[in-house]
Amino acid sequence: MSILNSKIPEGQLSEKWSNYKSTVPLVSPGNKRRLEIIVIGTGLAGASASSSLAEMGYNVKTFCFQDSPRRAHSIAAQGGINAAKNYQNDGDSVFRLFYDTIKGGDYRSREANVHRLAEVSSNIIDQCVAQGVPFAREYGGTLDNRSFGGVQVSRTFYARGQTGQQLLLGAYSALSRQIAKGSVTMYNRHEMLDIVKIDGKARGVIVRNLLTGEYERHFGHAVVLATGGYGNVFYLSTNAMASNTTAIWKAYKKGAMFGNPSFTQIHPTCIPVSGDYQSKLTLMSESLRNDGRIWVPKKQGDDRRAEDIPEDERDYYLERRYPAFGNLVPRDVASRAAKERCDEGYGVGSTKLAVYLDFKDAIKRLGQDVVSARYGNLFEMYEKITGEDPYKSPMRIYPAVHYTMGGLWVDYNLMTTVQGLYAIGECNYSDHGANRLGASALMQGLADGYFVLPYTIGEYLSKDIRTPAISTDHEAFEIAENEARDQNTRLLNNNGSKSVESFHRDLGAIMWENCGMARNKPNLTSAISEIQSLKKEFWEKVRVPGRDDNLNPELEKAGRVADFIELGELMVRDALDRSESCGGHFREESQTEEGEALRDDENFKFTSAWEYKGDDVKPVRNKEELQFEAVELTQRSYK
Amino acid sequence: MGTLNLTLKIWRQDGLNKPGGFKNYKVDGLNTHMSFLEMLDVLNEQLVNEDSEPVAFDHDCREGICGMCSMVIDGRPHGLLDGTTTCQLHMRFFNDGDTITIEPWRAKPFPIIKDLIVDRTPLDRIIQAGGYVSINTGSAPDGNVIPISKEISEDAFDAAACIGCGACVAACKNASASLFTAAKISQLALLPQGQAERKERVIGMVQQMDKEGFGHCTNTEACEAECPQGISVEYIRKMNWEYHCANIKG
Ligand SMILES: Cc1cc2nc3c(=O)[nH]c(=O)nc-3n(C[C@H](O)[C@H](O)[C@H](O)COP(=O)(O)OP(=O)(O)OC[C@H]3O[C@@H](n4cnc5c(N)ncnc54)[C@H](O)[C@@H]3O)c2cc1C
Ligand code: FES
Repeated sequence: MSILNSKIPEGQLSEKWSNYKSTVPLVSPGNKRRLEIIVIGTGLAGASASSSLAEMGYNVKTFCFQDSPRRAHSIAAQGGINAAKNYQNDGDSVFRLFYDTIKGGDYRSREANVHRLAEVSSNIIDQCVAQGVPFAREYGGTLDNRSFGGVQVSRTFYARGQTGQQLLLGAYSALSRQIAKGSVTMYNRHEMLDIVKIDGKARGVIVRNLLTGEYERHFGHAVVLATGGYGNVFYLSTNAMASNTTAIWKAYKKGAMFGNPSFTQIHPTCIPVSGDYQSKLTLMSESLRNDGRIWVPKKQGDDRRAEDIPEDERDYYLERRYPAFGNLVPRDVASRAAKERCDEGYGVGSTKLAVYLDFKDAIKRLGQDVVSARYGNLFEMYEKITGEDPYKSPMRIYPAVHYTMGGLWVDYNLMTTVQGLYAIGECNYSDHGANRLGASALMQGLADGYFVLPYTIGEYLSKDIRTPAISTDHEAFEIAENEARDQNTRLLNNNGSKSVESFHRDLGAIMWENCGMARNKPNLTSAISEIQSLKKEFWEKVRVPGRDDNLNPELEKAGRVADFIELGELMVRDALDRSESCGGHFREESQTEEGEALRDDENFKFTSAWEYKGDDVKPVRNKEELQFEAVELTQRSYK
Repeated sequence: MGTLNLTLKIWRQDGLNKPGGFKNYKVDGLNTHMSFLEMLDVLNEQLVNEDSEPVAFDHDCREGICGMCSMVIDGRPHGLLDGTTTCQLHMRFFNDGDTITIEPWRAKPFPIIKDLIVDRTPLDRIIQAGGYVSINTGSAPDGNVIPISKEISEDAFDAAACIGCGACVAACKNASASLFTAAKISQLALLPQGQAERKERVIGMVQQMDKEGFGHCTNTEACEAECPQGISVEYIRKMNWEYHCANIKG
């Protein structure tokens, strides 16, 4: 088993990052100009990293598969971004944000990384304000905050219900400035299909120009993946349609270990599934839980309209079970509680897989104007999709796959187990442990891209200044390109009978049933063989129309689904291996008498890091033992 | 829950500068809860099963925010509903037996790449011509150092809400990108952070807009009517004012 070196700096937790910054080797301006960095992705992580690296003087090549960097999936984030500013004077601090994040993650993240995240959180807000991001403000002109689940302070900065959009447009504007200067070369509608490794180091990528179908080779002294989450392995999720795992999956197959692949966040407040034609699920921001109250009827199978059910016949089950946090318990807890009620037969709506999120009391207390100022666009979105008016009757919501805490394993420098290959933003596994707190993904993406990677990458590149650019005629490029081409040729020539979409749906059903909100040994075990047969069937029967030499969305999708199938199996293996419950990972075998997740710190206080050993060969699980110095491990309680 | 049987008249074009034309398709048994794009998914799966090429269209978030989806439906960019992107349009607004015409954005600066997909990179280049505040990472002062009144900040937000879909261009008989460009210029002109580069920004962005071949604004206001974010043409007036001031002051 490989030994993982997390490279955590020595010293006091609160001093590690500042010591690191003042001692990390620097790359001189002259040398930066000679170094090329490839960034895959233009979401918050990729756009902020690209612009910051370019500002520092590196040559940056940035890629995304959308038609513009501004359309990365980060654009869809609604609720907000956390920072330990303590502007509300409610006792917030770097330590408290650090502590909440570690606890929220159910003690499965690395202390040093999380502390650094909390430390730089304030700088992110400053940076974004300076770019012109129109955050919500108080009447006096200062920045406004709201609270989010799992915490008792107000530290979330927001821009109406479009925080991700505004933050991303800020990062995109910084990126655009560097593109105009020529220090970033931007490649839209290009998809990375493989990493090129030379002498054990990441030295480039193979990308396909999605418009022309051409395969291109690009050299870089380092490669940064910022490719987002893989929640679409479940077919239905709140992620954008094209979000996928290909980049990190190919990196995994080239030696980058995969951290905690099974750690998935199921978000409690999404619009429920309404039919089998459904292509995606829509999130209703968690901020709604600030003022909305969640309930189901006290009577099973109650078919009355919500408005007709009197107050004393409603079960506000979160307030009942968790009086201290009420409707603001963390996401994993809220999701499981909704599932529990529906499984017991108290669900509402036509499918009975929904609970109510009710604003009646908020409207009474604050008035419709205030509620509308806070959540107007979310209410509108709900009405557009369902045709129902949430000012009049409560929303119906149900949990849905939303975020993947798992991802490529990275050390303190955000480097994967492949030298020179970095992973930032949602595609790495770091910081959120087994459950992410609301408004912390935006924080992490921007922390990684603006304030962490630009420093830590210097540690590696300072030793690489003498490496000249390697020609893309090198055989490693040749081999990787041929593999990418061959896979697409095989897909197109398969002459099968089933659409890519149908395989994706089948995979999603297996994952949701067996590796979703509740997991157990028998189901996980059988899921492995189900996925293996699905993989076999895929390569025998998939039908991909069209050609390789022009725009072919079906071909793109086919490659992504092929990778999702393999990733699905790894996720299931990880979920099976971890027989404790922690955060969003709920093993039915491991629960308290009250049905809460029961951790097993003695056996599972580690991050799993899976190592690829070959196609259809069982991967090896390595582990990084977690050390806790600053916090004491307790059973999480929100009661 | 009703079901719909529809005829779709869709623009098909194999590639850039290739000839294109409408083709008719029938899709039956659709559920009224579906979104418009889910309806196209059904058609595409049908086409794959018949071994023909599915209709290419841009889409990603399906939540009305990424700006990727872009279709002219029965003559209107994003279809019949005001303030709604194609992906947020639902089939309950159509009737059984309807024939629906679906076309790509039509505007000279947006060449058709394939079927319903057009090239919108000119919009990126307009932003690159000045749609930013020049502030390097790490040099920003505390976020609360400059207070900004709620009113100004809300106004800036209204402009910043643009999703960059290009419906304004598609709606305009002159294919003008004024609303798109004006929204960014206004956002930054309203905020204190944008003052230092105010003049160069408006000149750079307006010139780039012209260079890309977008037409001039003749105040028909079709852009505001079709904008899924309801961005106001007032910002175009603001842009024009900014542009004149910048030129007068040299
Ligand atoms: C609906 C929704 C609401 C959310 N709300 C919040 C919130 O309020 N607060 C919060 O903190 N978090 C929120 N999140 C989570 C957060 O938005 C994401 O975790 C975060 O934005 C991810 O950013 P990223 O930069 O890592 O990746 P992304 O934004 O997903 O960007 C990925 C980029 O990688 C590119 N890419 C991927 N693969 C390839 C490839 N093979 N080749 C080339 N390019 C590739 C894509 O083109 C894209 O540019 C929300 C998520 C969703 C789904
Ligand atoms: S798909 Fe994103 S706005 Fe329509």
